[in-house]
Amino acid sequence: MNFSTLFNALPGACAQGLIWGIMAIGVYITYRILDIADLTVDGTMATGGATCIMMLMSGHNIWVAMLAATGAGMLAGLVTGILHTAMGIPAILAGILTQLSLYSINLKIMGKSNQAVNVNNYDLLVSLRYIKGVAPWKNTIVIVILLTVLLIAILYWFFGTEFGASLRATGCNPGMSRAQGINTNFNKVIGLMISNGLVAFSSALLAQYQGFADVNMGRGAIVIGLAAVIIGEAIFGKIFRNFALSLLAVSFGAIIYYIVLQVVIWLGIDTDLLKLLSASVVAVFLAVPYWKGRYFTKPVHKTTTVSSQPSSVPEGNSNDTNAKKGGSRNA
Amino acid sequence: MLDIINISKTFNPGTINEKTALNGVSLNLEDGDFVTVIGGNGAGKSTLLNAVAGTWLVDEGQIIIDGVNVTKLPEHKRAAYLGRVFQDPMTGTAATMEIQENLALAERRGKSRTLRRGITKQERAEYKELLSMLGLGLENRMTAKVGLLSGGQRQALTLLMATLQKPKLLLLDEHTAALDPKTAAKVLEITELIVNRDHLTTLMITHNMKDAITHGNRLIMMNEGKIILDIRGEEKKKLTVKNLLDQFEQVSGEQFSNDSALLG
Repeated sequence: MNFSTLFNALPGACAQGLIWGIMAIGVYITYRILDIADLTVDGTMATGGATCIMMLMSGHNIWVAMLAATGAGMLAGLVTGILHTAMGIPAILAGILTQLSLYSINLKIMGKSNQAVNVNNYDLLVSLRYIKGVAPWKNTIVIVILLTVLLIAILYWFFGTEFGASLRATGCNPGMSRAQGINTNFNKVIGLMISNGLVAFSSALLAQYQGFADVNMGRGAIVIGLAAVIIGEAIFGKIFRNFALSLLAVSFGAIIYYIVLQVVIWLGIDTDLLKLLSASVVAVFLAVPYWKGRYFTKPVHKTTTVSSQPSSVPEGNSNDTNAKKGGSRNA
Repeated sequence: MLDIINISKTFNPGTINEKTALNGVSLNLEDGDFVTVIGGNGAGKSTLLNAVAGTWLVDEGQIIIDGVNVTKLPEHKRAAYLGRVFQDPMTGTAATMEIQENLALAERRGKSRTLRRGITKQERAEYKELLSMLGLGLENRMTAKVGLLSGGQRQALTLLMATLQKPKLLLLDEHTAALDPKTAAKVLEITELIVNRDHLTTLMITHNMKDAITHGNRLIMMNEGKIILDIRGEEKKKLTVKNLLDQFEQVSGEQFSNDSALLG
């Protein structure tokens, strides 16, 4: 066991965690705010990178390429949204359909299964070469932190607007939202577009960071995103109550996820097993609120017991946690 | 104010679960009418309200609110004309949002939701005043999440939200049925207060015959998807639970089936 190998790998893990943190914020918007588990992201997490790399290779400016990547992600969200709202397909299935179509689309964008760019020939925003021994304003970690803070600020502002508030209401109580004149279908579509736009933006960063885009780079992305969301909530949920801080917690969650991953690799686990491990960890974390509600809640208040009925199906998870948060304050 | 012309609704048509919930119902409400609706389970009371609210579209007939034909309008567009309070206190509010945020959402019913602030300073002051009118102490908990409130507090808040933008029509779907008697009385008192203050045209379903008789200027009774009794004016003022039951038996030829309605 050589600690210096681990130590040397940590900045890279941080950078990757930060990049995936942006993706996880996208997942947070669908999973926590809209109460939809959107599987589109597994496809979008490759679409963004593919679009960005191809735009760069055809000579476009890095920011134009990033913008195009984000736009491509939003289109993917639009498709899932239309499948779900206009065609009545359950959200999970709608996401799976888009994700599958995106596999073909990603291949068509790149022309083959992967495309690489050399950091020496292109003016990349981030790269694994820009981690150590570069000026602070070129340092990938610094840049991704700045981008994350900027995105959180924009989202914080947005979800505080009239429209943003109606989006939160849509996820929280669609029936009440419609009774208050909110077009819940439209809002769901917009939410999915924002979420997938963020995921594609993150994907564009990731492709630059690793120097290539690959048609498989998004496989299991939803699990990593969910892992970040729930790790962030588990560790910072009690102290970070403000909306902006909750988003920050998600980003921290992703960093922690990648550091833990790095430690596990350093401990010498068979890397083939990593995805199995990630999925198991997420499964257990998702089960915890359910188990807590089922086996460890004492019947307390009228109000909390009604809303935290543990009989709720896994979908009710968000409600459970919310009620739990409420309950803990009351207790 | 409200014109319901011969509407019908059948659920699950062509299946074993087929149920004709509304069978050619017509109803006309004048401006300022406060109509109470009673009837047994499955009589079509909630279906009638949901038809007006646009939860789904009716199979036949027309629904006209203040001269606007809303028969084909989706639920969220009709909401501009309607204030609604539901039976389940969980249904009418967004639990994970603050009290003031819920009010701000309701304030924007029927208006376009822009990228302006979701709640302004001026609104906060207004809401504080409105909440203090309820006498539930909510004015000091404006930033508390609605999920922390009791059922009665939630219903009172929902009532406030439903009437924040003066609706053409207030729809109350057994909004006190899930509350304990004392809270129910308080919520009814607030209902009466707001309806009188704003001179609201109201359609209130209730399980409780006594409430149906005490409140409002008109009473309708439904059975098997039809309106079977329509009592108003002086005649309604003289009504008692007993002669209401007699009238029911006379019209429908059966015993009134709902115990809880009799106990009230």
